[in-house]
Amino acid sequence: MKLPMPSNPIHALCLKLGAWAVGMFVFALWIMPPMYDVFCEITGLNGKTGGRYEASEIQQIDTSRTINVQFVAINNDKMPWQFVPQTRSVRVHPGEQVQIDYRVHNPTGKDMIAQAIPSLVPYNAVNYFHKTECFCFEQQPLKAGESANMPLLFIVDQDIPQGVHTITLSYTIFDVTDRYAADQLLGAR
Amino acid sequence: MAHGPAKGISRWLFTTNHKDIGSMYLWFSFAMFLVGGLFALVVRAELFEPGMQIVDPNFFNQMTTMHGLIMVFGAIMPAFVGLANWMLPMMIGAPDMALPRMNNWSFWILPFAFFMLLSTLFMEGGGPNFGWTFYAPLSTTFAPPSVTFFIFSVHIMGISSIMGAINIIATILNMRAPGMTLMKMPLFVWTWLITAYLLIAVMPVLAGVVTMMLMDIHFGTSFFDAAGGGDPVLFQHIFWFFGHPEVYIMILPAFGIVSAIIPTFARKPLFGYSSMVYATASIAFLSFIVWAHHMFTVGMPIAGELFFMYATMLIAVPTGVKVFNWVATMFKGAMTFETPMLFAIGFVVLFTIGGLSGLMLAIAPADFQYHDTYFVVAHFHYVLVPGALFSIIAAVYYWLPKWSGRMYSEILGKTHFWVAFVGLNLTFFPMHFAGLAGMPRRIPDYHMMFANWNMISSVGAFLFAGAQLLFLYIIVTTIIKGRKATDRVWENSEGLEWTVPSPAPYHTFSTPPEVK
Ligand code: HEM
Ligand SMILES: [Cu+2]
Repeated sequence: MKLPMPSNPIHALCLKLGAWAVGMFVFALWIMPPMYDVFCEITGLNGKTGGRYEASEIQQIDTSRTINVQFVAINNDKMPWQFVPQTRSVRVHPGEQVQIDYRVHNPTGKDMIAQAIPSLVPYNAVNYFHKTECFCFEQQPLKAGESANMPLLFIVDQDIPQGVHTITLSYTIFDVTDRYAADQLLGAR
Repeated sequence: MAHGPAKGISRWLFTTNHKDIGSMYLWFSFAMFLVGGLFALVVRAELFEPGMQIVDPNFFNQMTTMHGLIMVFGAIMPAFVGLANWMLPMMIGAPDMALPRMNNWSFWILPFAFFMLLSTLFMEGGGPNFGWTFYAPLSTTFAPPSVTFFIFSVHIMGISSIMGAINIIATILNMRAPGMTLMKMPLFVWTWLITAYLLIAVMPVLAGVVTMMLMDIHFGTSFFDAAGGGDPVLFQHIFWFFGHPEVYIMILPAFGIVSAIIPTFARKPLFGYSSMVYATASIAFLSFIVWAHHMFTVGMPIAGELFFMYATMLIAVPTGVKVFNWVATMFKGAMTFETPMLFAIGFVVLFTIGGLSGLMLAIAPADFQYHDTYFVVAHFHYVLVPGALFSIIAAVYYWLPKWSGRMYSEILGKTHFWVAFVGLNLTFFPMHFAGLAGMPRRIPDYHMMFANWNMISSVGAFLFAGAQLLFLYIIVTTIIKGRKATDRVWENSEGLEWTVPSPAPYHTFSTPPEVK
């Protein structure tokens, strides 16, 4: 489709330049962030692990290799919960499914909701670390003084690059009480 | 024809005359320069000695932040736009800018933007305190409530810049006198043309990134909030995708000014005109693919570090071409050292120092040590103060006789140069050493071991500030009672702007000049 252009060449040029400017704004706001996410997803660069993994084909367990998986817990900002992995590190064979737990305790006097965000290094292991079950897929509500065990089930892919011997998975726990309508989540249980 | 300016305040409010608007831009940027300078003096006064003396840390942070924002967006950028308004039509033989009414708008929304920005200092929680780079989440989750006003003022500045840039491109591409081909344009016109394209490309990105902040703060999105699935590193990528071209927006017009002044006082044509044009264009192009050299330490893979390291170093090549050409222009020239020439030579020498420290920072493994130290502060002040700012001052001395019809006092001008020269080197050179020794930037208090360097810096800063008050005095006295300037002003000045009388009449080139 050809848009009618003003006959004055100056106005036509300005219209074109203005369209460029608007285009760059759209690019920054609606194209750059998704592009960044896709780029990071493909390369694993920002350490964000993928969503729930469906173990479609039964993975062969590769007993010839052992990978050391370490677990880290971090509290964001002033998040008051106690948040610790029950296992500091496990040695796993690629292909085998392993479960570990994180323990959380809400020591405060109020009901709260938390969200754990994973981050994994090295980046070239990110796409070979599959979580079949993870507490990070959902928010974790805890009433005042409550505790809970939060499970993580994972499989390290057999195709993980040869150079990777250690994987460090870190979770940062955020207070998202204000973000989610607290009564809804807490009341539903 | 020949109707003069309107009388009284309405002349300035409703003017569509490029010279009036240029003057307003220049006076406005000078006012902002003094305000930003005042903030810098608060910072330097606090840093005069270790320990907390004068201001509390939060106010200190507001001062560093506001100093950076005001200088970049309020002083340097509008000053270049003011020079463009004054000079571009006269240099290409056009009667005015292409869109005079839009020109009026682009200027008059600026004072509102900066009024809003400055007023945040008096709001509850204070003004922006997160650095001129306003990294999220400092500027979102942890920002003072006034951040919303900061965001809107950035929006307005952005709109002003984009309108100005569109106007400049339209003027250059459509309003040239017959015979003024692209490759005959003075380099100031060329560099501004390329700068204007940079502005159109990246100011919307700046607007985009502050809009995302606005949405994160008020509308519950999480572009930069990890808890909601966002990523704070994304902020840095988008900011620097704007930010690196932005630093070239602040230096390309300076290249044009220096390329106008050096040939005049070396009495030789500019060496390598076309290579200057191509160097400018390649710098502009490269500026889009080096942004992550500001982010070497965020945790990039080695391939990324290497790419951005080599791409950054590549920019030094066209930059080197320019420095070479300026030196070659002076080589065996019949040089005289009037004030504009002093500032131009100061530019070439000191900007090169800034370029070299930039190269040191571009070495990715070394940057892990230098990043966020005073070494970076030294680097960008060497490219911005004796770089961008000196070029603006040189331009004012060079063209003020044409604007006002009066000559400044050469003795006072030279005094201004030497005091500023000594002052700025005293201020910024020691910062290299403080930075290499590990002094972090943006801190109100510091270890005893940095005390000497900081004391020298602070003394230099006050000296430099004094020189700028002298500058104000020189401009005012020149306009009021300077001796009359000739039309040509300088012995060997070339270009259409020197063919009109001094002071330049309210309307010039109503009939296009003949360009051979
Ligand atoms: C040879 C050319 C240049 C090179 C190689 C270069 C390189 C760099 C690098 C690597 C950094 C990041 C340092 C760090 O944060 O660790 C930097 C920072 C900076 N550069 Fe340059 N630069 C060059 C020219 C310029 C010019 C011409 C300007 C402006 C007129 C400029 C303005 C800045 C600013 C403002 C910063 C600091 C931003 C901040 O963090 O606040 N640079 N430069
Ligand atoms: Cu840069």
